[in-house]
Amino acid sequence: MRSVTFSILLMIVGGVSAARGDSPTDTGEAELPPLRWGADAEGGAPYISRDPKKPDGYEGFEVDLVVALEKELGRRIEFVQYDFKNLTAGLDRGDIDFAMNGIEVTPDRLRKFRLSRPYYVYTLQLVARADESRFDSLESCERIGPEIGTLEETAAARLLENMAVTKHDYGNQVEPYLDLEYGRIDAVLLDWPIAQYIAKPRPKLKFVGPTLSPGLYAVAFRNDRESLAVQFDTALERLAKSGELRRIYEKWGIWNKDQEQLSDDDALNKFVTAIRESDKPWNFSRYFPDLLRGAVITVELTFLSMFVAMFLGLPIALMRLYGPAPMRLLAIVYVEFFRGIPVLLLLFFVYYGLPVIADSPWLRLGPMVAAVLAFGLNYASYQAEIYRAGIASIPIGQWEAGASLGMSRLHIFHRIILPQAVRVILPPTTNDLVALFKDTSIVSVIALKELTKEFQIDAKSSLMYLEIGFVTAVLYLIMSIPLGYVSRYLERRWGKGR
Amino acid sequence: MQVVISHLTKRFGSRLVLDDVSLTIDAGETVALIGPSGAGKSTLLRSINGLNTFDGGEIRVGSHTLLPNRSHHACGKTRDVRRVFGMIFQDFQLFPHLTALQNVMESPRCVLKLGKSEAQQRAMRLLERVGLADHCGAYPMELSGGQKQRVAIARAMAMEPRGLLCDEITSALDPELKSEVLSVLESLKRDGLTLILVTHEMGFARRAADRVVVLADGKIVEAGPPHQVFDDPQMPRTRQFLSQILM
Repeated sequence: MRSVTFSILLMIVGGVSAARGDSPTDTGEAELPPLRWGADAEGGAPYISRDPKKPDGYEGFEVDLVVALEKELGRRIEFVQYDFKNLTAGLDRGDIDFAMNGIEVTPDRLRKFRLSRPYYVYTLQLVARADESRFDSLESCERIGPEIGTLEETAAARLLENMAVTKHDYGNQVEPYLDLEYGRIDAVLLDWPIAQYIAKPRPKLKFVGPTLSPGLYAVAFRNDRESLAVQFDTALERLAKSGELRRIYEKWGIWNKDQEQLSDDDALNKFVTAIRESDKPWNFSRYFPDLLRGAVITVELTFLSMFVAMFLGLPIALMRLYGPAPMRLLAIVYVEFFRGIPVLLLLFFVYYGLPVIADSPWLRLGPMVAAVLAFGLNYASYQAEIYRAGIASIPIGQWEAGASLGMSRLHIFHRIILPQAVRVILPPTTNDLVALFKDTSIVSVIALKELTKEFQIDAKSSLMYLEIGFVTAVLYLIMSIPLGYVSRYLERRWGKGR
Repeated sequence: MQVVISHLTKRFGSRLVLDDVSLTIDAGETVALIGPSGAGKSTLLRSINGLNTFDGGEIRVGSHTLLPNRSHHACGKTRDVRRVFGMIFQDFQLFPHLTALQNVMESPRCVLKLGKSEAQQRAMRLLERVGLADHCGAYPMELSGGQKQRVAIARAMAMEPRGLLCDEITSALDPELKSEVLSVLESLKRDGLTLILVTHEMGFARRAADRVVVLADGKIVEAGPPHQVFDDPQMPRTRQFLSQILM
């Protein structure tokens, strides 16, 4: 509140917005008040903690970072002690200009605050007593129903909330390790820099399993401090790219390979975007686009496959009806073979089996092509039989009537027999199409995300099996029921005269 | 255009259906083929149109000759023979998916390659002639048996044949519908068309035929003008057959 009043006062006095405290420095460095940095120095190593050598001094990698930032910004920064839990509230109140204290980039914070370019890539590290033998990773430790300590309001705490463990929240990052040494708790899950700095030197403790759930630290500003935030962004970018950040982190023993991303703008952007999107609430507008995308694949797959089946089925039916003996046999073998094997097997063969036969790009089919081919080959056998039955159902007298009028066989087939057979062929073909619609759900085995697969993915993530399942079913019905109507319409249209 | 059938033999498996049949039919003549069922009448008729193959003898239709054991289906020459005679079937065999008009138009359009309006004019003229101009838009299922058979006659006539082969064309009709079909035939006969009929209508055969041919067991038993065959049959087999159908 004070700062706002102060700014307004300055604007009136100075007459220009450039006079505001967070503006570029062309009005002169001396005139600007120091920026107020909020952090919690209580047990905050290696971030910020009291310097044992200087009674009023502080030390930590964030302290060093602030010194570097002062140089970059050309402006003094003063430290304001603030309880970690209340740091964001302090931002809102205007007691501090920015908060920098291992504040993780979370979807929630991205909405509420203006976060700077990230300045550290953290991971989580599980630490146990050196003699621990019951578990060797976070997953395996879940089995013994352990008590795990962590820092409140952190990514580690949120991760533990979703696990079958008893979580102990601590207010600072030293106590949990002490309790672990004393045997009060079974493990500690905290940010890797903390573990690295505090737990690593302690012989009674050991790191268990790999680092987990990487995330980002960033400086937090109130949303209306955009121009200040932009200055920080630029300054942090320069520090990352000049190697200054690396120097600071190496001094504190918290540099690792993950930090290389800090100077890679694309990687950082992707990371932040992924975090922002990870926490969209599971509601209709989140899962429905996924289902729609799946439905489009399902429709494409169904119609392309049916097209292949209908196209391929006709010559097979004709070979069987009118071909010479060897062709008739060939057609029978085709139908019996492709009708007799499961389409799933065929799918595996086409997708995984063909490339084994010969290493040719022609045989390395994409999932869509492989699926269309497998379903096409399979359903062509059904279609061939449907055509055959339909054509055979037209009395021989129709052939004779056509012949006695001087028509050629092709002409009789095309103008007299086929139009009548279509009416017989249509209902079972529609049936097949609807069956194919649902059969396409097995293509998830070759990594094609159609409707059922999208349902599985979203339902598994959201645990909304019932709701998403219902919407999925409705989508299937919306697509399959009109097919029945189209079929009946075509039957009526082509069924004239009988 | 004369039809000369000489020494025609046809077997179905071991059964001899036509046994050395010879028959000459002159242009413009109306011949009724009668006889007990299984005598081979229909087979003889269908052979003339190449719908049957046969095992011995030959059939000459004008300048065309049909020889034994040829598959007549794909043979271009057979299609020429079929252009000489139209064929009418007992069960009509109209194309159910086409209207009466379309049924009649189909072969002029697609075989004779007539333009649409020309084919349509021809079809309408023929439908008028068989008394069905006002039913031209009807599908076969909407027509009575007699009407269907008249459409079938119009359809055959659309190819402008020199004659018609009629295979028991009134057998599937109710008695009151037979006359409308038979009167169409009589008018065609007056126009000079050659008619070869397999029939059980003895009254019609007597009235309209120039010659009656009696077939039994694959052989021609007797042939002659109707009054002679019906009133004074020479052969015992003919007398037996006639007494059976008159009973």
